[in-house]
Amino acid sequence: MREITYAQAINEAMSEEMRIDDSIIFIGEDIGIYGGAFGVSRGMFEEFGPERVLDTPISELAITGAAAGAAMTGLRPIVEIMFSDFLTLAMEPLVNQAAKNRFQFGGQGMVPMVLRTPGGSGTGAAAQHSQSIEAWLTHVPGLKVVIPSNPYDAKGLLKAAIRDNNPVVFIEQKLLYRVKGPVPEIGDDYIVPLGVADVKREGKDLTIITYGRMVDRSLVVAEKFAANNEADIEVIDIRTLTPLDKETLINSAKKTGRVLVVHEAVKTGGYGGELVSTIVESDAFFYLDAPVKRICGLDVPIPYNPNLEAQVVPTEEKITAAIRELL
Amino acid sequence: MALAKEVQKELFYKMLLTREFELTAAKLFTQGKVHGTAHFCIGEEATGVGVSSALDKEDLITQTHRGHNQGIGKNMDINRMMAEFLGKETGYCKGKGGCMHIADFSVGSLGANGIVAGGISIATGAALSQKYRKSENVTACYFGDGAVNEGAFHESLNLASVWKLPIIYVCTNNLYGMSMHVNESMNIDDISIRAKSYGMKGITLDGNDVITIYEETKKAKEYVKKNGPMLMVLNTYRWMGHSKSDAQVYRKKDEVEYWKEKCPIKRHREYLLENNIFTEKEIEALQQKAIEEVKKALEFAENSPEPKIENIFDDLYA
Repeated sequence: MREITYAQAINEAMSEEMRIDDSIIFIGEDIGIYGGAFGVSRGMFEEFGPERVLDTPISELAITGAAAGAAMTGLRPIVEIMFSDFLTLAMEPLVNQAAKNRFQFGGQGMVPMVLRTPGGSGTGAAAQHSQSIEAWLTHVPGLKVVIPSNPYDAKGLLKAAIRDNNPVVFIEQKLLYRVKGPVPEIGDDYIVPLGVADVKREGKDLTIITYGRMVDRSLVVAEKFAANNEADIEVIDIRTLTPLDKETLINSAKKTGRVLVVHEAVKTGGYGGELVSTIVESDAFFYLDAPVKRICGLDVPIPYNPNLEAQVVPTEEKITAAIRELL
Repeated sequence: MALAKEVQKELFYKMLLTREFELTAAKLFTQGKVHGTAHFCIGEEATGVGVSSALDKEDLITQTHRGHNQGIGKNMDINRMMAEFLGKETGYCKGKGGCMHIADFSVGSLGANGIVAGGISIATGAALSQKYRKSENVTACYFGDGAVNEGAFHESLNLASVWKLPIIYVCTNNLYGMSMHVNESMNIDDISIRAKSYGMKGITLDGNDVITIYEETKKAKEYVKKNGPMLMVLNTYRWMGHSKSDAQVYRKKDEVEYWKEKCPIKRHREYLLENNIFTEKEIEALQQKAIEEVKKALEFAENSPEPKIENIFDDLYA
């Protein structure tokens, strides 16, 4: 299979969907000629023109709300918010309007929009351009929340999100944009359905539940444990936070009896708490041989200094130490 | 050119219906028959009725929390409005929205909003759809004087102007954002001058003059289709408190009485009589009809079933 980057995979998902569905428009800041702050939309303005690829003023609230309004009236907008941190400026239309619209109006309409936005640290962009705010979004009934960990999933999940009739927040991992992975040829249509976790590595001794760029990091650690004949670790990429594939997580916990949750976002109030609860509130609780543990970001904003930045999120060392504690 | 008799009747009747609907709803509160809250537009009927009636069915509106006139103007069904007010299964939102979230997509209402300025970006997006689909229809976006100090107003009007969207931004200036008078919330006398900073046309009308509002909305519709958005400010007054819990300590009774003299319904009634468009008898018949229609709506609502908790997750996701 050919290999393309995560950014290219996202570009292909949008472009392929736009070719077959003229109700899809793409709205965002510097997504036109500039090609997007991370180059994700390069070439799309040239292909689809200014009527479908709409560069906007710096107005996150208005473009998010306008996308919701366009979605309520028959279009299927994709919005790019340049950094997920800037979602703070768009929370009102996303949370109060897009997410609640269908419910509060008794099912009269729907809001088929996708809000794409890069999240995560590691680029030296400091506290206001590096957050992982997915837990805020999972706390809002009516939204779906997706975080792909590789190019294949990025393309397939984004296609599923675009075809979904609900508002979907699609959080991309900016450190993964340049990472390559196998993806089927252009036009070889596939989707990755929302709400289905992926067991990336099967194991019998311990389950790591994770998502986003922590998937690869967890896999590296798991392989080291295997190479040393220390432990056989199962790694699950949840891929979508809402809806969550609880069954896969619970079954894995029952099988291994030990669970470690890993995410980059800060620990307190993080989605890891929900993942832990999924296990301990289920009958998997009776199969546990150790407490369920979380390795997450420290409860601080992301700092600038590269050494500090690297250490406030889960490192291979921290994950390794946590596994040893559980085994 | 004078408006056709049928149009005069429609405008007058919709104002009567709005007034009667709200008086009935207010009475239900005092009788303790409803919980929650409501925001009444008594005294402001001409604004929403005038604008919405001038639109076609396929034109779209976004409403405010104080928008019964806006919905009735757009021909919403008052049975379903009253049922929603009472939280019933037959209400527009199946009892999940209440009167602050009344919507009727089938007549072009994309819904009332509990967030001040919440509908402004939504309406802007609806107008984007219309432009993208090269539709002949337009969007009218309602909000109050309080909303013009929100960021959503600034961002959306600028965006709509840049994109030349077919949208009429309708500001109902009733002088108060809850308790704050517009003289304290902004340092300008005429809200419509803000339009200029977006490269947009702005006009200010007497918000109690339903005929002028209707006629100007017809013109505005043609204008925004050709030229992009405009801002229409309708100066009026809220007779009641902000919501049911408002003791109105921030204003004097004299002021309220002064504005009651300028009642939009009374004014239109006098016009209709003076110009021999309707007789006293015909007007009384219309008033009676409005009373009967609201009475029936209340009966419909009271006889409707309560929503069931078993259905609570319905409509959360499409």
